[in-house]
Amino acid sequence: MRKHPISFTVNGDLQELFVEPRKTLLAVIRDTIGLTGTKEGCSTGDCGACTVIVDGEPVTSCMMLAVSANGKEVTTIEGISSPGELHPVQQAFLEKGGYQCGFCTPGFIMAAKALLDDNPNIPEDEMRHALGGNICRCTGYTKIVEAVLSAAETMRANA
Amino acid sequence: MRSFEFFEPKTIGEASALLSQYGGEAELLGGGTDLIIGMKERTMTPKYVISLEHVPDLEGITYDDCDGLWVGAMTKMRAIERSSIVRERYTALAEGAEEVGSIQIRNLATLGGNIAHGSPAADTAAALLVLDAQVNIADGEAERTVPIADFFLGPGETVLQAGEILTGFSMPPRSANSGSQYLKHKIRQVMDLAFVGVATSVRLNNGAVADTKIGLAAVAPKPIRATNAEAIITGSSVNDEVLQQAAGAAASQSSPISDLRCTAEHRREIVAALTKETAATAVARAQA
Repeated sequence: MRKHPISFTVNGDLQELFVEPRKTLLAVIRDTIGLTGTKEGCSTGDCGACTVIVDGEPVTSCMMLAVSANGKEVTTIEGISSPGELHPVQQAFLEKGGYQCGFCTPGFIMAAKALLDDNPNIPEDEMRHALGGNICRCTGYTKIVEAVLSAAETMRANA
Repeated sequence: MRSFEFFEPKTIGEASALLSQYGGEAELLGGGTDLIIGMKERTMTPKYVISLEHVPDLEGITYDDCDGLWVGAMTKMRAIERSSIVRERYTALAEGAEEVGSIQIRNLATLGGNIAHGSPAADTAAALLVLDAQVNIADGEAERTVPIADFFLGPGETVLQAGEILTGFSMPPRSANSGSQYLKHKIRQVMDLAFVGVATSVRLNNGAVADTKIGLAAVAPKPIRATNAEAIITGSSVNDEVLQQAAGAAASQSSPISDLRCTAEHRREIVAALTKETAATAVARAQA
């Protein structure tokens, strides 16, 4: 099938690619661009492991065709830290042990980052609900929630 | 996912012409959250995918006191739930949008897609029914408008004809003395399909209920209005007895199926409970 030219940024770097229309954004990020931090879990939009931020909003990248990312700004887990310094959400997951096997962690961190960028004052019950699109099959939710609450505190202090 | 030819038309006319040309071998791409799963699971195997992402004037929310609310078919669920005018005056629609998937899904999924698939369980369908939505349909040459109550024909079936594209939804203005609510019964709080969805809207006039609309989702072959229950509430002094009667009437008018998630009998009980609750809330919101 005819490939389509697309041009978009990933973590600030311009990507100009020819892609098969059937390729998802997730597949292009991992297999074409080689950024494997974003994970494929269920591949049906249910687990959130593939969460990336597109034009400021979190999306399940397994549910989006790469051709639909044309002209957009994509941020992946590789793009949120600064040189020598983790993003507050990453730092909090590290400090609180917000992971067990780690497979869901990039998705959780991206979803939490987008959520706290939008509202670092979000109440805990709303935060738990808002992260309902991310699943941890190790069921390590207590530490994940602690990490997000701690990150929110840091982000409020930095604001 | 099987390969397909991908088109990005720039006008409704172009999109409609492609849709007509390729007929049953083509699918429209809106937000993709149904289509992409369908293609991955091979329940949908289009040879041609026609994206609506670059067709202008399909996305957005506008309101004025004269014309009411317009929501474009390509408007994301997340934008609808965040819209202050939708939250304030068309509350049931914001609550329906909010029940879809997760935030990540709602940043992709569109209102048009939720309705065009003709699912009896669509989360926004009951709300659109009680907010008097008109469905705007175009094929590049002509436009037509169909009341949402007439749009659904059965599971997966709508009045959309070959080459026609759902472009948006218009809803009449709503005054401050109106209120609405959508409630969905589910097991998981997020990422679950509705066992039952019920929306109720009311308009008050001098304190009395002048108009009631009740919409039911997932309990009939298509989203339906519980007209018998509406008649019980309209004109009444809303009290527990009236609400109980209306709840029973709504349950009787539903025709749910039994499946492995829930029995028909239990679904009827849920219809009754949610009818009572949404009606009481809609009235309270109208009074507020």
